[in-house]
Amino acid sequence: MLLVLLAVSFIVYFIFIVIPGGDPAQRIAGKVATQANILAIRKKLGLDQSFIVQWYDLVKALFTAKLVSYSNQTNVVDQIKQGLPATFSLAIGAGIIWFGFGVLVGTISAVTAGRISDRAITALALIGISMPVAWLGLILRFFLAGDGGSGVSWFPDGGYVPLSANPAQWFYHLILPWLTLAVLFIGFYGRVLRSNILDTINEDFVRTAKAKGLSSRRILVKHVLRASLIPIVTLFGLDFASVLGGGAIITETVYNLHGVGWYAAQSIASEDLPPLMGVTLFGAMFIVVFSLLVDIAYAYLDPRIRLS
Amino acid sequence: MAERLLEVKDLNVKFATEDGIVQAVDGISFDLERGKVLGIVGESGSGKSVTAMTLMGLTRGINARFDGEVLYKGTDLLQVSDRDMQNYRGNELGIIFQDPMTSLNPVYRIGEQIAEAIQAHENVGKRAARARTIELLRQVGIPNPESRVDDFPHQFSGGMRQRAMIAMALSCNPSILIADEPTTALDVTIQAQIVELVSRLKDDFDSAVIFITHDLGVIADIADEIIVMYAGRVVERGSKRDVFYDPQMPYTWGLLGSIPRLDRPRPERLHTIEGSPPSLINPPEGCKFRPRCPHAFDRCMQEPGLENRVETPGHLDRCWLDVDYKREHRDETISGGSTEAA
Repeated sequence: MLLVLLAVSFIVYFIFIVIPGGDPAQRIAGKVATQANILAIRKKLGLDQSFIVQWYDLVKALFTAKLVSYSNQTNVVDQIKQGLPATFSLAIGAGIIWFGFGVLVGTISAVTAGRISDRAITALALIGISMPVAWLGLILRFFLAGDGGSGVSWFPDGGYVPLSANPAQWFYHLILPWLTLAVLFIGFYGRVLRSNILDTINEDFVRTAKAKGLSSRRILVKHVLRASLIPIVTLFGLDFASVLGGGAIITETVYNLHGVGWYAAQSIASEDLPPLMGVTLFGAMFIVVFSLLVDIAYAYLDPRIRLS
Repeated sequence: MAERLLEVKDLNVKFATEDGIVQAVDGISFDLERGKVLGIVGESGSGKSVTAMTLMGLTRGINARFDGEVLYKGTDLLQVSDRDMQNYRGNELGIIFQDPMTSLNPVYRIGEQIAEAIQAHENVGKRAARARTIELLRQVGIPNPESRVDDFPHQFSGGMRQRAMIAMALSCNPSILIADEPTTALDVTIQAQIVELVSRLKDDFDSAVIFITHDLGVIADIADEIIVMYAGRVVERGSKRDVFYDPQMPYTWGLLGSIPRLDRPRPERLHTIEGSPPSLINPPEGCKFRPRCPHAFDRCMQEPGLENRVETPGHLDRCWLDVDYKREHRDETISGGSTEAA
C-alpha cells in the first residue's frame, strides 16, 4: 500500500520534471532574474540536487507535513486540510445521490426493459453520460443560479458555506454541485446495473427462487439485486474515493468550492509541484484505502470469496 | 383408485421468437395419480422441460401462448393469475432442476434458501423453519445437517447440492414433485443415489413424481408410466413394461439402443439416432420423426394419430408401421447389432 503511494509520487515527480518550462526556480525569481539569483533559489529549494534526492526530500517533507508550495510558501498539508470540508461535503452528498438514483434508475429500467420508461431512462442516461461536467455546471449556473443572465436565481451562484456555520445554507449552496457531479454517475451506474440485472434475471437460481413461490418483489430485491449490485459496489468504491480525494476538480472549480480539487486546479495553473504532489498522494491514498474497503465489502457480499 | 392429482389435456405451448413461432409443446395429454411416477423421455428440444416448467407457470411471458388445460385437483393452472400461482409453486408443486451448480443462489446459506421456501408458504417463525430445514436435510441424506445447514452452496458437492434442491422442493410437502433431468449433471454413482432418493421420498411424502430425462435407463427402476416425446409431441405412451419390452415407435427403439446394457450381448457400438431433432418453427410434414426414421415409407407423409395399436390397452403410439413388422425389426436397433446402427 505504501509502495503504491511511493510509486505514484515518483511518477508525478517525473512527469513534472520532464514537462517543458517546468523550472520553478526561474518562475520564483521573476522576469528580471539574474543567473545568480536563480542559482541561489535552486540551492535553497534543493533543486541542484540529483533527481532521486530531490524526490526523496519532497516526499519526506510531505509525510512530515513540512512541505510548502513554491509559489506562496504555504504549507501543503494545511491547505489540503482547509479544503477537506468542502470536498467531503460535495463528495458525500453527491455519492448518496448518484448511488441512490443510479440503483433506482437502473432497477426501474431493467424491470420495464423494452417499454417506454426503459427507453426514456436509457436516452436520459446517455445524455447524462455524454454531457461534459464543466459545460453542465456552467449551464446550470447560468440558468438556475445567481443572476447569470437568465433572470432565474433559484440557487446561490457558487461558493461554499460551512456546515457548522449554517446547515441550511450549506445544503442550499451544494444542491447544484451535487447534481452536476452526480448526473454523469447516475447515468453510468444506471446503465451498468440495468445490464447486470438483465443478466442475473436469467440465472438458474432466480428460476429456483420463482419455483419456490416467492413474490416477484422479493425475488427482485433479495435474489436479483443482491447479485447485480456486487459490481456496482466496486465501481462506487473507486469513484467515491476519487471524488473524496479531490477528484472533482471541474465541479469544484465551476462552483468555486474551495476544496481539494479546487486547490489542485490552482496549483496546476501555477505549475506548483509540491501542492500537486500533496493532492495527488492524498487522492491516491483514498483510492488505495477504498480498494481495500471494496475488497472487504466483496467478501461480505459474495461468500465464495471469503475462503479463497 | 388413487387420487388423480393432475390432468393435462391437449397442452400447447408456443413461443414467439424473432425467427418465427416455436411450437415447443404440441398437444400433449397425460394424467398423474398420487403415488405414481411418470417418466417423460426425449432428446434435447423435444419439449419435456417446457412441459414441466409450464406446469409450474415458469414459462409465462409476453412471448408465450398456451392452449389446452392443466388441471391440478380440478383447477386449471393455465388460468390462474401470476400472483395466485405463487401459492402453487413450491407449495403444491415442487421442482428440481437440471444443474444443481447454478440452481442455488451462491450468496445465501443453504439453510436460508430452504427456510425461505417454507416461510413463503407457511406462517412459521425463523426457528421453526430452521428446525424443519435441518430435518429435511437429514431426510435427503446430508450428513451432519445441524452444521451443514449454515454452509454456502459452494461448500457442497454437486450431489449434495442436488439433495439440498430436493429438500427445498419438498419443504412444503407438495403433492407433485417435478424432477427436470435431476441427474444429468451428476456422475453415475450419484445419479443412482438421487433416483433412489426421489423414489423413497415420494413414498415418505405421499406425492406423485414427474421425472424428466433423456436417459431411459435412469427411470427404468422407478417409473410407472412413460411418455416418449419428440418435437413437442407424445410419440409413445405406455406402462414402463410396454415401453421397455414392446416399444412401438422407431424413435423409442433408438433411445433404448443408446443405453449401454449388461443384460444383452455387447454391441460393437451403441446405437445413435442419425441426424438431429427437427426445427420446431418449421416442423417436417407428416410424422415428425420421418426424416430420421430408417423405416419410413409413403404413408408417413401423413402424421399418424396417437392411438392404441397393440393388444395392451393404454399403450399408445404414433407409427404407421405394421406391429408384426416392428416386432421383427426393432431388435436390430435396440441391441445395436446391425450395420445400419453402427
